[in-house]
Amino acid sequence: MGLKRLRGSIRQAIVFALFVGLLMAAYSAYKGFGQSIDDAQTDWPVVGSILPRTDDLTMPSVLEIIAGVFDAPRGLDEAFGSIVLREAAFTLREAAVGFSAGVIVGLAIAIVLSSSRLLERALVPHVIASQTIPLIAIAPIVVIWGRKNMDFLPWEWHDWMSVSLIATYLTFFPVAINGLRGLHSPSSEALELMDSYAARRGQTLWRLRLPASLPYLFSAFKIAATASVVGAIVGEISAGVTGGLGRRILLEAQRYTTGPERLYVAVLGAAALGIFVFLCISLLEYSLVRRKGTEAIL
Amino acid sequence: MTAESVTSERMPAVEIRGATKVFNPGEANEVLALDNIDLNVGAGDFVTLIGPSGCGKSTLLRLVAALVDSTSGTVLVNGKSADQARLDRDYSMVFQKAGLFDWRDVSRNIELPLELMGWRAADRRRRSKEMLELVKLEDFAHHHPLELSGGMAQRVAIARAMSFEPALLLMDEPFGALDEMTREHMQNELLRIWSETETTVIFVTHSISEAVFLSTKVVVMSPRPGRIAAVIDNDLGTRDDTARDAPQFFANVSAVRKVLRAGESQ
Repeated sequence: MGLKRLRGSIRQAIVFALFVGLLMAAYSAYKGFGQSIDDAQTDWPVVGSILPRTDDLTMPSVLEIIAGVFDAPRGLDEAFGSIVLREAAFTLREAAVGFSAGVIVGLAIAIVLSSSRLLERALVPHVIASQTIPLIAIAPIVVIWGRKNMDFLPWEWHDWMSVSLIATYLTFFPVAINGLRGLHSPSSEALELMDSYAARRGQTLWRLRLPASLPYLFSAFKIAATASVVGAIVGEISAGVTGGLGRRILLEAQRYTTGPERLYVAVLGAAALGIFVFLCISLLEYSLVRRKGTEAIL
Repeated sequence: MTAESVTSERMPAVEIRGATKVFNPGEANEVLALDNIDLNVGAGDFVTLIGPSGCGKSTLLRLVAALVDSTSGTVLVNGKSADQARLDRDYSMVFQKAGLFDWRDVSRNIELPLELMGWRAADRRRRSKEMLELVKLEDFAHHHPLELSGGMAQRVAIARAMSFEPALLLMDEPFGALDEMTREHMQNELLRIWSETETTVIFVTHSISEAVFLSTKVVVMSPRPGRIAAVIDNDLGTRDDTARDAPQFFANVSAVRKVLRAGESQ
């Protein structure tokens, strides 16, 4: 069993590496092709007018991007990769706090709505509508509000907490919607069984509805975790918070001409952070919901 | 003990008087599911409810369990209202699907009602072990429900139902999804458990032979509206595999079938 699982992990790692290699090859291939359009337009009369051209500034080579991870930006003696790592840790904190708050809020909403059909029908549209407000619109409001009005809290309010709040706004939604489905998932016979034992509401929730929702919740957690990273990055950018990957992406975009590979590294860092949190949730799911006959998706 | 005290002097476990159930009253899809049902079930009896689909036998069982409220009439369980009996945990229910929680192992599934009743962990563990012995699944305490066959899962469901020693066991087609061989085996097991624990059983089934083999009393129901067509006393003496081939068994099977046919032709 252990060996089989190890072989599976190795195979997965190989597929992942192959996929990364394929992406790099495709990137390089298009770079070459796009540049050849630019160099000799006349040779590519049709495609040349349809497909975008490229050059070293818009598409730095794969080797340059890799070198960008290890090179220190001018005036600093720290590798750019390590700077990005530090920014990623900052963003991860915002995302993790936002995610946790989102899970608590989302679960609370799901539990309240599942308790009554009337509440569910009346309030679910509002929950859905909340997601149609663009994040960029509410981010500055949240930050300003946080700076001015959060002094009633026993701890000092920092801007990054406002960013967490923005991430919460994105994460509570999938948890609430999937959680609601999960809480409704037990069969009528299972509910009758609990009734026949004269189980109290809380007992039915804790011993039947919540455990039955775990598979639903974990697929929500995976969406919510990656969304919390997106929320944190967008929050940083639109709220003008100092620090974090979003801030770094904005900065590198502004000085793009002097180091395009650094923007690429920062963006790839954001992608890696998203994959990282996804894997963390999958690992948690694997250790918690390891039921016989059901395979965790990892 | 005289014969009379065995049959008629026992305190009724379940007393149903004029019970009527209307689903969706006042609406276009109004259904009269049960019409003026009278039924007594004595303590220690094994009563089967049999009849075609839609005759209300499952509804009648749920009326006793207080999972469904009667529209009119009274249902008394152990001399109190059905709902009070539910709150006092006087009965336990077994469904057609075993309905085990697949995030709990077999032992913890059996402990579920005990947990709800606030038993201490050590007591729960001990009782769960006793119950596994009763249904002969000692070696499967830590197996997961998805690893069990249908018959084994249903035995765990019975162990779960019996764990807190309810006076009354309500069974809704518990063997309906099992193959014939497993089914006969389960019937023998159930009768053994019944005689060992002296529990009163109300058992819903589609199968005439199952009803006649298991019960002391067969209640034949007819559909639309659900009514009791006949109550047949069914004394087979010892119930073992030889009883399945005894003349009395076949005589009672035809008696039940005759009543069912009469209900159909109405």
